[in-house]
Amino acid sequence: MHMPLSDTLGLNLMAANQHQADHNREHFDAWNLLCLNVMSSPGAGKTSLLERTITALAPHLEMAVLEGDMTTQLDAQRLEAVGVPVVPITTGRACHLDAAMVSGGLRQLQAQLDPAALDLLWVENVGNLVCPAEFEVGEHLKVALLSVTEGDDKPLKYPVMFREADCVLITKVDLLPYLPVAVERIETHIRSVNPAAEVFQVSASSGAGLDAWHQWVLATTREHTRQAALVEVG
Amino acid sequence: MHEVDMTKCLLLSLHEWKRGQEPLTPVVSAVHLQVGDFTCVEPEALRFTFAAAVEGTWLDGSTLEIDTVPLRARCLGCSSVYSPDPDQAYRSPCCDQPMEEIVSGRELRIRSVDYSLPQQASDPAAVPSR
Repeated sequence: MHMPLSDTLGLNLMAANQHQADHNREHFDAWNLLCLNVMSSPGAGKTSLLERTITALAPHLEMAVLEGDMTTQLDAQRLEAVGVPVVPITTGRACHLDAAMVSGGLRQLQAQLDPAALDLLWVENVGNLVCPAEFEVGEHLKVALLSVTEGDDKPLKYPVMFREADCVLITKVDLLPYLPVAVERIETHIRSVNPAAEVFQVSASSGAGLDAWHQWVLATTREHTRQAALVEVG
Repeated sequence: MHEVDMTKCLLLSLHEWKRGQEPLTPVVSAVHLQVGDFTCVEPEALRFTFAAAVEGTWLDGSTLEIDTVPLRARCLGCSSVYSPDPDQAYRSPCCDQPMEEIVSGRELRIRSVDYSLPQQASDPAAVPSR
């Protein structure tokens, strides 16, 4: 018997993950918060960016972080130090967060605080440009980072990640004077695979470009949670 | 090796489907997937992990058949459908436009299952736990 499964099952190979991701998103929507899934290769600067961004946005938004890390809690400790609730999710050998792991993290978060008080939940994914692109965790938007030291060919070598991202941050732009890399070329390659993406050039270390990114986060969160108009970020 | 987790997802879906057939246990000979070229899935790795994962389960003896689907996109300029080339930054050869609309290549689908239904109730002890 040759039986199409479409009637009995979702057609999606990832249906089991997708169901859990949809369930997570229902929670986020019930709590009226925005969830951003932050992804990049290891060392592109996710944690450094979040340190700066969370500090800058703390007067305006209630935030928490679900911190994916393969073995350590080092990143979680760094983000706790900027004064935000952090739930570490140690993935062990898994090279990405999946929806079930995030669901477990949400239960821990609920033990600490009332998520309905939050405006924005950051999910910092495991450093990897391949797997996290296919494993939705229930996020509303995907943010991908690419550091200028990784080279301008990465959007073409790992196109699915940069295609799926709603927002791409080109990080460490303060290092450009020391590198044989043209940032315009990186941006062109990103836009070639994903013309709809918001693209920002930033440096968490010098602070360059962070204001525009912070305004975007604030405006996107406000729009999502149907709050009042954009305010000045200090 | 995210194909391991993808295989787990696939097995969960197949297990759900099997429960819908109870009290009969379908004997599956093949599972057909559609996998787009513009995904993070390596078909060979998926076949390998599937074969390892079904050993000794109700799916033992079944094969994973994977149809790959080429990446195709519609040109923003002239609406013609083209095959994006990484060496051309995935841009359209006709109008040099970015890859706006993907027509195919993002598929990750369970398409169908080849199976037979023996006409006796399944032995509950033979059903693997999830």
